Amino acid sequence: MDEPSATQSEPGDTAASVIATRGLTKRYRGGQLAVDGLDLTVPAGSVFGFLGPNGSGKTTTIRMLMGLIEPTAGTARVLGRPMPRAARTVLPQVGALIEGPALYGFLSGRDNLLRYDAADPTADPRTRRARVATALDRVGLAAAAGKKAKAYSLGMKQRLGLAAALLQPRRLLVLDEPTNGLDPQGMREIRTLIRELAADGTTVFLSSHLLDEIEQVCTHAAVMAQGRLVTQGAVADLAAGARDRLVVTTPDPAEGARVLKELGVGDVTADGDRVTGEPPARDLAEVTAALVTAGVRVRGLTVERASLEDAFVALTGEGFDVAG
Amino acid sequence: MSRADVLLAGAGRRPNPLWTLGLLRSELVTTVRRWRTLALLGVLAAVPVLVGIAVKIETRGGGPAGGGGEGPAFISQITNNGLFLVFTALAATLPFFLPMAVGVVAGDAIAGEAGAGTLRYLLVAPAGRTRLLLTKYATVLAFCLLATLVVAVSALLVGALLFPLGELTTISGTRISFAEGLGRALLIALVVAASLVGVAALGLFVSTLTNSGIAAMATTVGLLITVQIVDQIPQLHALQPYLFPHYWLSFADLMRDPVYWDDLVKNLGLQALYAAVFGAAAWARFTAKDINA
Repeated sequence: MDEPSATQSEPGDTAASVIATRGLTKRYRGGQLAVDGLDLTVPAGSVFGFLGPNGSGKTTTIRMLMGLIEPTAGTARVLGRPMPRAARTVLPQVGALIEGPALYGFLSGRDNLLRYDAADPTADPRTRRARVATALDRVGLAAAAGKKAKAYSLGMKQRLGLAAALLQPRRLLVLDEPTNGLDPQGMREIRTLIRELAADGTTVFLSSHLLDEIEQVCTHAAVMAQGRLVTQGAVADLAAGARDRLVVTTPDPAEGARVLKELGVGDVTADGDRVTGEPPARDLAEVTAALVTAGVRVRGLTVERASLEDAFVALTGEGFDVAG
Repeated sequence: MSRADVLLAGAGRRPNPLWTLGLLRSELVTTVRRWRTLALLGVLAAVPVLVGIAVKIETRGGGPAGGGGEGPAFISQITNNGLFLVFTALAATLPFFLPMAVGVVAGDAIAGEAGAGTLRYLLVAPAGRTRLLLTKYATVLAFCLLATLVVAVSALLVGALLFPLGELTTISGTRISFAEGLGRALLIALVVAASLVGVAALGLFVSTLTNSGIAAMATTVGLLITVQIVDQIPQLHALQPYLFPHYWLSFADLMRDPVYWDDLVKNLGLQALYAAVFGAAAWARFTAKDINA
């Protein structure tokens, strides 16, 4: 279903990217700068995590990508075509969940999907009922399809919103906080679904405030703060940006720190019975031997892998705001 | 997933231009399934019942209805011919009940979707802004017709039930057959429905200005009342020929023999003007608007 570069009219920079923005900027009427010169590149086939504290401009960016908001400056290309100008050809190939689900409470779950599908002029009415049934099945709502949407729980509404994004085979899925309101079991199901879709070749653009979620499912990530892009790239590279730490657990921290410094370990700090430093280039077995030879009693010695959260803290210099 | 394979096979689909009408069908069905729409239609259907019963009780003694020429047009003739209840009911509902119902549906059209957040999903589907606006306007116009027909049919049923039917006398004094009378009643219903085209466009424009359905409905109905009041102030007569309700009651001229067309044409022309001006304004606003709801 992928049509490699058939729709890519620009040579060079956007060739393999599903989303590419250049200097994308949105200034609201009050003068508030919500998004400031964003250069975002989402490679085809990636599961792309879009991170940032609340109010950092994620949703405004997503709305510009979907043609709901006109950028003040800069350009956005989705599937190789300019947005919002090419919305009619681009959006049928894009499934989106934006800022939570929105439903007609007086319609059943199934009728909600039938209505959203009817809104797409490229959707075949002959297959509409079958496609709606498949989408409901995929998100585990088949049993509740006939219930009025106002009787749905938040998690069920979220699933119905996801189902709306899956009414057609899509080349790109834009999912804004897709696991919001779901219980841990529901979150696992959604993560499995995202991996399945990605395996089919769909590019998934996933905004989330749950760092471990991003780490678990995403191949790439971008971090926004105060309307600016702080960093973007492969998740492995981002995590590598925050350095791993050598951790020695010992009842003799002072002596241990001295030995580590002698061995040429940089940035050594002792905190309680933990002595940490930059991992040395040499074999860790030699470090252990040196410590023991010097009479330092060692309970444990390990290199702690940096998490995305460490990377995030290192990049923004602050904790991640997980509220809401 | 075998089902998914079937779907993928359909990925190279070539859209049929007729599929674009799916949204209109969905919109019509959704509008009629709203409890609010049914309530409005229920109120409209009740008006002829009230008028019919009131006239019946009033004239039980055999005297003429409408004591001294007061009340809506044609009310004094209902006892002679039940068909006149259709004209009376339309004359009674056109100044307020009908346009209020249209104002509610039109005001809610875009603003209600924005308030519920469903607007962003319709646009991302992608419904297309111009297509969505046209679909909404077509649906409001269909509601104008439906609402008018509900009043007319309810009045016809009540009239047939409570009063005799038969040949009727036009305003000009000539007599026409019952069949021709029915034809004129239908024509009048169509003209009344067309008289609401202006309010519908005004309501749709207001609806593009806000993200609150209630605010849009209240504003539209408020404007309707204001314009109706301005239309009654003699000092403002220079303004009045441009107010959308000014020629509304001209539909009575269809009961003349021959029909007197001047005011009817003015009414329809004025409605077309309102539809063009506010339709264009709604389009300009909606296609350039940032959708933040």
